[in-house]
Amino acid sequence: MKIKGKKEVTMKLDRRRFIQCAAASSAIATAGALFPGISFANWPKLTGNSGLVSWQKAPCRFCGTGCGVLVGVADGRAVAVKGDPNCSVNKGLCCMKGYHSVQALYGSDRLTKAKVRRNGKMVEVPIQEALDIVAEKLKETRDKHGKDSVAIYGSGQWTIPDGYVASKLFKGCLGTNNVEANARLCMSSAVTGFMTSFGIDEPMGCYEDIDHANVFITWGNNMAEMHPVLFSRMLANLKRRTNVQIIDFATRLTRTSQAADKSILFKPQTDLAVANAICHEIIANGWVNWNFVNEHVSFHKGKTNIGYGTEDHFAFTDQAETIDFEEYKTFLADYTPEKVERISGVSAQDIKYMAALYGDPSVKVTSYWCMGMNQHTRGTWINNLVYNIHLLVGKISTPGNSPFSLTGQPSACGTVREVGTLTHALPHGTVMNEHDRQMAAEIWDVPVENIDPKPTYHTVEMFRALDRGDIKFIWIQVTNPMVTMPNLKRYRDGALKDDRFLVVSDVYPTPTTDVADVILPAAMWIEQEGMFGNSERRTQHFAQILDPPGEAMSDTWQIIEVAKRLGFEKQFPWSQEDYIEKIWEEYRRFHAGPKHEMAPYSVLNERSGVQWPFVDGKETRWRFNPKYDPACTNGKDFDFYGHKDNRAWIWARPYEPAAESPDSEYPFWLNTGRVIEHWHTGTMTRRIPVLHNAVPSSYVELHPEDAAELGVVNGEKVKIISRRGEIIIPAQINGRGVPPRGMVFVPFFDESYLINELTLDAFCPISKQPDYKKCAVRLEKA
Amino acid sequence: MPIFSYLAIPRKGAKETLCADLASLAHCRILPADNHEVIVLITDTPDETTEEALQESLKNLQSLQSLNLAFGADEN
Repeated sequence: MKIKGKKEVTMKLDRRRFIQCAAASSAIATAGALFPGISFANWPKLTGNSGLVSWQKAPCRFCGTGCGVLVGVADGRAVAVKGDPNCSVNKGLCCMKGYHSVQALYGSDRLTKAKVRRNGKMVEVPIQEALDIVAEKLKETRDKHGKDSVAIYGSGQWTIPDGYVASKLFKGCLGTNNVEANARLCMSSAVTGFMTSFGIDEPMGCYEDIDHANVFITWGNNMAEMHPVLFSRMLANLKRRTNVQIIDFATRLTRTSQAADKSILFKPQTDLAVANAICHEIIANGWVNWNFVNEHVSFHKGKTNIGYGTEDHFAFTDQAETIDFEEYKTFLADYTPEKVERISGVSAQDIKYMAALYGDPSVKVTSYWCMGMNQHTRGTWINNLVYNIHLLVGKISTPGNSPFSLTGQPSACGTVREVGTLTHALPHGTVMNEHDRQMAAEIWDVPVENIDPKPTYHTVEMFRALDRGDIKFIWIQVTNPMVTMPNLKRYRDGALKDDRFLVVSDVYPTPTTDVADVILPAAMWIEQEGMFGNSERRTQHFAQILDPPGEAMSDTWQIIEVAKRLGFEKQFPWSQEDYIEKIWEEYRRFHAGPKHEMAPYSVLNERSGVQWPFVDGKETRWRFNPKYDPACTNGKDFDFYGHKDNRAWIWARPYEPAAESPDSEYPFWLNTGRVIEHWHTGTMTRRIPVLHNAVPSSYVELHPEDAAELGVVNGEKVKIISRRGEIIIPAQINGRGVPPRGMVFVPFFDESYLINELTLDAFCPISKQPDYKKCAVRLEKA
Repeated sequence: MPIFSYLAIPRKGAKETLCADLASLAHCRILPADNHEVIVLITDTPDETTEEALQESLKNLQSLQSLNLAFGADEN
């Protein structure tokens, strides 16, 4: 076997040795979960003694943390994983998903051959024949129904080259902006939050903030389960330093609450009011950092009563209006801690306590958030409001002072935000901007007229268009929307309509491949070369370490094959020998310059991740701070160069209620989310026996008193009913998560319990990101 | 032909002794943690009789406080 970028070694490993390695991996993973920070330095010696295992670096395949791992390969199989001690993200540590990640490659039902629906049945065909069919159908649909009748829907698990070629083919060559990715569902509010507050996307800080901050406030963010390695780093600091504390600000009690110094619960959606109340207190107590505010901040307001997007063709454009500090202060008068206590359920004392932490100039504060703030019908606003807090006190862009939006997928930042695989975006800028279109046309070698200046459909509207028939051909890669779309039944029924054509590229059968007309077997993770981009602006390259099974092919190469069949050989001239390197070097032209310069391929290949901007051989840890950021040019102590006024923007954003709140008919909040053992819809982790057996099926968390009133005990079935659907699911009472009275929580990893048939497809009108955390349900004992 | 892995917890102050005890048993491989009183134990026995004998030997180790099963596979 010969694999690019890899030394050829003699590899002999019998089955028992493989199982022994798996047994050791499992025990080490278990130890890691029980004893955070535990180290087994002799592990490589143990395996190395055999002389049979070779190790290569890669970023972990799962969450957006971007842990570096070393994958042990023997006899052509990945047999072990250890944390990469050279990766600054995780410093040699992994979570249970990371340690077991390679087992996800070897599920018994791995897709290895292409399939095509013929007379209602899926039949295996050679992949080249399937690719012919995809190209023909795409061309036929486009010719018959117009350029915007075809679409591609990808993922924050797309590699950067995957997303880049998808955007180039669909936006540059086919002329449609029907390019979206599932990261719309997980972090687009973070994007619009950054764009509105700073005029430029992605965090100013980095994970090193963890080693400097005195206070960590998690905003609706169960980091202990969703970003366990970062949480372990926080706990290590808590143990090592005397002046560190963690405040968990959330809507339900979780493992993060258990580990925190203080847990504060708020009613769903009222984080908006609490954030404003904190700002009110900061001003009322004279804690504003006036030097910072006068020099670096401007004040603004936007539209209010902005709707929820539940109707087709919903459109909204915000309009920024400049205000002054006094107007902002007057706006905050409605948000005294006492008034907000009545809205939020958070005591005025706790609001004042949080404000005092942010307001104390001797305390460094880092705020973390992820889905709780982003999957929110006012997601952009709540992002703005947390930035407001940090900006008022000047706690930003310095080590330990960081408002930090975490991502949930390994390349939500790298592929979706940086490559721009959203309908309005390009690898640099937006389709609406003429200069950005010209840059894209030049680099892509296409006529500028090809690039449509008008965005088409964001994700929810894309699937509505599929249901309506405005889109008739959709190609879905590396994601499972038939489990993850809110108000799921509508979109599944739409996908099944007669004249819709779905192509699905994936590694295992899923509810999405179930509705496909063509299934393309995909190479997974280290079976291909690629790059991810993590939450802290770190680009992480991985070589192809293994051969993909059967006829499985990288998603990038699948798109290139179809592009060539459509006549775009000139735009996609690369060979399989070096296409990733060539794509990367073409792509990084979009980001040339000190604000976003990306590392060259040769540097990425050597290191366990490189943070951009990468200028003159140096990575940038803290942006907008001239001590670290080469793009700062104003000669001051900070340079917020994203907005034209060179200032960060504080926004007056009010509290507005959720799209659907509990009432007498549907008296409970439904909250959905994840568990540490499983990745998203469980396609991979449910095929890892150790993880699957740990949490084999989904459940509904109930408050013990609600359970008692309903008359159910642990494991008994509960029927959950919303206005859109119902499921019957086992109860979990006093488990790892405990919701307050009047709320239930259901993890979405289990396709046997499609909780998204109940959720509502309401979204933030600015970011278009749906709210999976809030809708109304009623419960019955099943 | 079962293969198991365990987290072995030594009695207080007996980690070194437990490592020596486990290493001296046939069909056992150990991996001590660097910074905790924890040892990963991997056992690979050829048949049920040997497995039962090994289990008995483990039970009799004075240096061992507890043994927590992490993984199990049986080829038969």
